[in-house]
Amino acid sequence: MIDFELTPEQKEAISAAHKIAEEMLRPISRYYDEHEDESPKELIDKMWEGRREGSLMGGLDMTAALRTEEMFWGDAGLALALPSPGLGGAAIFATGTPEQMQRFLGNYSEGGPKWGAMAMTETGCGSDTSAITATAVLDGNEWVLNGEKIFITSGKRAMLDSEGLVVVWATVDKSAGRAGMKSFVVPAGTPGAKVEKKEKKLGIRASDTVTIVFDNCRIPFENILGSPEVRKIDKTGTAGFKKAMATFDATRPFIAAQALGVGRAALDFVKETLEKEGIEIRYGLPRHKLTALERDVMDMESNYKAAKLLTLRAFSLMSQMLPNSLEASMAKAKAGLAITKITQKAVEIMGPLGYSRKCLLEKWMRDGKINDIFEGTGQINMLVVARRVLDYSREQLK
Amino acid sequence: MISFSPSEEQQMIVTMVKQFANDEMRKIYRECDESGEIPNRIIDTAWGLGLVSTGIPEEHGGLGGEHSAVTGALIAEELAWGDLSMTMHILCPALMIYPVLEMGTEEQKKKYLPAFCEEKYKAATAALIEPRFGFDPYSLSTTATLKDGSYVLKGQKCYVPLAADADMLLVYAAEKGKTQGFIIEKGTKGLEIGEREKSMGIKALATYELTLKDCRIPRENRLGGEKGCDFGRIMNCSRIALSAMAVGVARAAFEYSRDYAKERVAFGEPIASRQAIAFMLAEMAIEVDATRLMSWEAAWKLDKKEEATKDAALVKAYADEMVLMVTDRAVQILGGHGYIREHPVELWLRNGRGFVTFDGMAIV
Repeated sequence: MIDFELTPEQKEAISAAHKIAEEMLRPISRYYDEHEDESPKELIDKMWEGRREGSLMGGLDMTAALRTEEMFWGDAGLALALPSPGLGGAAIFATGTPEQMQRFLGNYSEGGPKWGAMAMTETGCGSDTSAITATAVLDGNEWVLNGEKIFITSGKRAMLDSEGLVVVWATVDKSAGRAGMKSFVVPAGTPGAKVEKKEKKLGIRASDTVTIVFDNCRIPFENILGSPEVRKIDKTGTAGFKKAMATFDATRPFIAAQALGVGRAALDFVKETLEKEGIEIRYGLPRHKLTALERDVMDMESNYKAAKLLTLRAFSLMSQMLPNSLEASMAKAKAGLAITKITQKAVEIMGPLGYSRKCLLEKWMRDGKINDIFEGTGQINMLVVARRVLDYSREQLK
Repeated sequence: MISFSPSEEQQMIVTMVKQFANDEMRKIYRECDESGEIPNRIIDTAWGLGLVSTGIPEEHGGLGGEHSAVTGALIAEELAWGDLSMTMHILCPALMIYPVLEMGTEEQKKKYLPAFCEEKYKAATAALIEPRFGFDPYSLSTTATLKDGSYVLKGQKCYVPLAADADMLLVYAAEKGKTQGFIIEKGTKGLEIGEREKSMGIKALATYELTLKDCRIPRENRLGGEKGCDFGRIMNCSRIALSAMAVGVARAAFEYSRDYAKERVAFGEPIASRQAIAFMLAEMAIEVDATRLMSWEAAWKLDKKEEATKDAALVKAYADEMVLMVTDRAVQILGGHGYIREHPVELWLRNGRGFVTFDGMAIV
């Protein structure tokens, strides 16, 4: 039955996350935007405590999505910096065996705070993830990884600051193309995995983005996610690549949920400011009677709503274990674009309040932009949607 | 719990309407648009599906089914995918039925509803829009004044579907500045039905201007009696119904241009294999889906009897723009062929542009 009612657990999760966002993230939001080399240790420790009590356990369900939106309403950079298996965890969840999930994530909430990361992008390839040049060679009972990976979210915290892990994408057979692409779990402390350059970014500055160089980095054979075989069913055998894409089906709706949080922060700020000024948005009126401001605000609100419903649909399918590639990319493409527009429009409407670093709006505009870029740019997601609705292969639609 | 799956019963209704839209409406929509006529046969067949009459309670001669805005939105999308003129014609009696059903007095229900429980289609309609710039449903120029125990209505209306055939009309007028509904029976003195209107689109649907010249009606014909009606809710229902119809029209245009783009070869390849075309189609698909979900959510609020003014206004404004964007792109993707009346996309563009005007012309 078509239903939009939140369950009592979901309502509770939202209000708990909102409380954290409001009371713990917002007050330090500006500070860590301007002090990007400092780490919000107190926040991390507190959140880790909360995690151990089980109140913040992750997951891939709708409740996790709703919680994500609230946390990102608080602060995107800080939310990304919180200890979590992150994208590495999502990759293990999406493509690992039960044994691997247990081995890599089973003890995750024990000991000190830990992070997970995913390493896919290289200097020569971003969206074209099939062009990866990092290599994995089997030597006896070990894989030997070589290559350089960039733009790794939480890579420093995962590999230097904690006993975390990074999931690395590398090819086991270059001649096999996409079919040779595999993912490997590299735990923190593995010799040969070196964290280098920390990027300075437009936004989400509290979250670290680093380069990791793999130099004859040896990991056990069992750390490969999925099958080690290179299946060459035909020339376009893409088993390995499809694993990577399966990960995206799970992660893209989360990025959309993050975007929603940032967008709603901007929207709330605009609406609260207008309310203080005694300006009411008159919803039932015909278009010709609305002011430009009312039209703008309504446009922002409906775009937020459109993105939110597409996102919830992608989660709904995922939690029913139904295919959601199309819906995940629709949500990501729409949310990334909608939030870019909403935050930029909000800065315009609020004038000096929008542009000044005294308020957080300008920060949200900078933060929100990442959601239209990472885990597949808006354009890559449009390409996925286009191929799906046209029933085209990547050869038919480049 | 959040769910995007229609119930089994809703799925059955959707399948039935889909089939009717495909097998009946799509076969004749073009000749209907050209001739301005819809065969009675198709209207009667559609009425026989019981899409509207099912919701009338047994005591008034109906089947006593549940009247749900969500189900209505599902029906509206499928019908409008078939053809918008026919959809508005088929659903036209609902403009009278649903407000009476939800807000009418017992006497009004008893008096007006049984007529719609027959097998044969019976026209009824509502008049809201006024022929002037600055029309605002909440601030009408048409007035209703209580005088010597009866209401006197004065003013002009336009875009009144099936006004010439309808035995009864629900006319909206300002009473002390507030919009209320008044039931006027055919032949009442002072009710003058004008010429059939000529519009850019929905050409197969007969719409009329009408003039109310001191049209006097009994006091008990005020919708809802002393209590009056909740006009805001009627507007919300209408906006959501129209949004769902916009989704149907847009989906038709999206599907047609998608299929065309896969067949049409230019420079040795189907044009769909170029990003310039493929990205247009991707955005069309995303926006059609997003608008559908928004219309469902707003309809769900209506069914729960929650305040839905904001939701309805947002989805309607969004749908108005979406359907224009999608139908325009469909024409663009077909290029010169899109401009030719052999293809349906130009018709969908003409119909699509109308949604912003159609306030109050449909309800589910």
